[in-house]
Amino acid sequence: MTTLVASRPEIPGEDFSRVAMTQDTLDLLQKLRGIHGDLMFHLSGGCCDGSTPMCYPIDDFRTGAQDVLMGTFEMPETDELDASEIGFWVGKPHFEYIRGSHITLDVVDGRGAGFSVETPEGKRFLMRSTLLDS
Amino acid sequence: MTTYANPNTSGAIADYKSRYDHYIGGRWVAPVKGQYFENPTPITGQTFCEVGRGTAEDIEAALDAAHTAAKTWNNSSPTERGALLLAIADRMEENLEAIAVAEAWDNGKAVRETLNADIPLAIDHLRYFAGAIRAQEGTLSQIDEDTVAYHYYEPLGVVGQIIPWNFPILMAVWKIAPALAGGNAIVLKPAEQTPASIMFLMDLVGDLIPPGVLNVVNGFGLEAGKPLASSPRIGKIAFTGETTTGRMIMQYATENIIPVSLELGGKSPNIFFGDVLDTNDGFLDKALEGFTFFALNQGEVCTCPSRALIQENIADDFYDLALERVKKIKMGNPLDTDTMMGAQASNDQFEKIMSYMDIGKQGGAEVLTGGESIDLGGDLSGGYYVQPTVLRGTNDMRVFQEEIFGPVVATATFRDYDDAISIANDTMFGLGAGVWSRNGNIAYRAGRDIQAGRVWVNNYHSYPAHAAFGGYKMSGFGRETHLMLLEAYQQTKNLLVSYSEQPQGFF
Repeated sequence: MTTLVASRPEIPGEDFSRVAMTQDTLDLLQKLRGIHGDLMFHLSGGCCDGSTPMCYPIDDFRTGAQDVLMGTFEMPETDELDASEIGFWVGKPHFEYIRGSHITLDVVDGRGAGFSVETPEGKRFLMRSTLLDS
Repeated sequence: MTTYANPNTSGAIADYKSRYDHYIGGRWVAPVKGQYFENPTPITGQTFCEVGRGTAEDIEAALDAAHTAAKTWNNSSPTERGALLLAIADRMEENLEAIAVAEAWDNGKAVRETLNADIPLAIDHLRYFAGAIRAQEGTLSQIDEDTVAYHYYEPLGVVGQIIPWNFPILMAVWKIAPALAGGNAIVLKPAEQTPASIMFLMDLVGDLIPPGVLNVVNGFGLEAGKPLASSPRIGKIAFTGETTTGRMIMQYATENIIPVSLELGGKSPNIFFGDVLDTNDGFLDKALEGFTFFALNQGEVCTCPSRALIQENIADDFYDLALERVKKIKMGNPLDTDTMMGAQASNDQFEKIMSYMDIGKQGGAEVLTGGESIDLGGDLSGGYYVQPTVLRGTNDMRVFQEEIFGPVVATATFRDYDDAISIANDTMFGLGAGVWSRNGNIAYRAGRDIQAGRVWVNNYHSYPAHAAFGGYKMSGFGRETHLMLLEAYQQTKNLLVSYSEQPQGFF
C-alpha cells in the first residue's frame, strides 16, 4: 500500500493532511472521473455497507451544516481529463470519533451496495486508518 | 448433524439456475441492455450464477408492470390479499429446507440460522400481515348530527423497496408482506451482494402472485437503485442500509415528496448488571448466551450487540465465563447444521472488518480472543471467515462508535447504573440494546432510559412479528414487524359526508 496523494487540509486552523489515497485509488478515481465527471466522497456510518467511503458524482449528494470537509484531493489532468478536485466529507458526529485518525483511501475487490460509483467496476473503496501524531 | 450438499452438486436439496433475469410482470425478463454480473458464494468465493445487471430502463419496465397491476391490486379485497400472503407462506413452508440452503449459499451464513430463524420468521411474518389486513378496520366519526367523517385506508399505489444483504429473504419479506397487505404493487431491488436467493424464492412462489404485483430487478445501486429511489412513479421508498445512502434516499424523496422509511444500523449496547452473577443457574447461562449473540449471523446484523457493558464488580468472573462461551463457537462449513458461524457476506465486508481489527488494536483496545481471519481449509479457503472477536477498551474508541458489521464485540466496564446508561447512550445510533438483570426494577428502568427503538430485556436477537422494530437517533425512523407498519404502506382517505338538506349558510 503505497501512499501517493495527500489531501489538502480543509479544517480551519489545521495545516496537516488528514486523508490520503493509494495509487490504486488514484487510478480508479481517474477512470471513474472519465465515466461520471467530477466526484466527491462521503464517509458512511452504520449498517451493512457503513463505515465505508461512498463516492458520488459531485452534485448527487448534498452536504450541509452537519458535514465536515476533511480534505480535498487535487486530481491531476490526463490526456482525456482536466485537473479537478475531490472533497472528502464526513458527518459531524462521526468526525468527532475519527478526528484522531489519519485515513488512507484504498481499493479492494468487492461489491458494495449503496450508490457509490465504483461498485459496477467490481471494486470497493476501503478506509485504512493510522493514529495521527498528537 | 446434517451437512447439506453444495447447491448444484450431486445430492443437493437446492439448485440455482446458472443465470437469473429480472422478474417483471410475472415472468422472467432479460435486462434491456443485456448485461449480467457474476454472483459468488461467500462460502467458497466461487461464482455460482449470474444475475441481471439492471438499469433505469429495467426499472421503468418494472414500474410499467407494477402500475398496470396496481389498477386491479390496489382495489383487491382484504380477503384476496390475506389469501395471497398465506399462500406464499405455505409454499415457503413446504420448501423451507431448500430455501434455507439457498439462502445460506448466497449469503454465507450458517444454515442452522436460516433453517431456524430467517425462513421460519419470514413465513410467520407473511401470516401475521395476512391476519392484520383481515382485521384492519377504517374509522368513522360523527362530527355532528348530520355530518360523518369516514376514514379509509387506501394503498399508496406502487412502492419501491431496497433490500440489504444480511438477511436477504427475511428483510425482503419484512417489507413485501405489509406492502402487499396494504394493497400496493412493488418494485424491489435486492442487494448486489446477495441477488440470487430472492430470485430462487420468486421461482418458487411467482405463480401465486398476480403478474406485476411484485417485480424484482437486480443491479448495482448506482445503476438500478438510484433510478428506483428517485422515480416520480413510486408512492414510497423503503430502505435498509447505511446512513449516507439513507440520506441520499431522503434527498431523492424530497424531489418527489414521498414518504421514506429508513433503517440504518446501530452500535447496540448490551448491559450486564452485577446481579447476573448472583447464582449459577439457567439465567446466568442465558445471559452468557446473550453476550455471545454478537456472533449471530457473523455479526452482520444492524442490532448486533456490538458493545457489551459489564458492571465492574463482576468483571473478572464475567469475562472468564463469557470468553469461555465465545471460544465454544464452532466455525466450519456453513451448510453443516453444527456450524454456528459462517462466512462474512463479501470480500469487501471481510476487508472492512479486518481494517477495524487494525483500528481497534492501534487505538489501544485489548484483544481478549479472536482478532484474526481464519482459513478453514479445502474449498472453504476461498471464503471470507473471521474469528469471533472480543475487544476490551473504552467507549471513546472508534471500535465502540463505528459499526463494524462483523463478529466483533467491543467491551467495557461501568461503575453503577448512571454510568451504564451514560455509556450506553453515548453513540450516534439508537437501534437496539440489551439489558440483563435479575432485578425487575433495574431492568425496567434501564430499558426506558436507553435511547433505542428496541430494548431486549433478559433476551436478545428475538424478532417476532407484532413487536415493533426500528431506530432512534441516526438509526433511522419508521417501525417494522408490527401492525403499525401496515399504515405506513397506506394513506388515509377521509370522506366528509353531509346528510343534511340545509345549505351551509355562507352564500
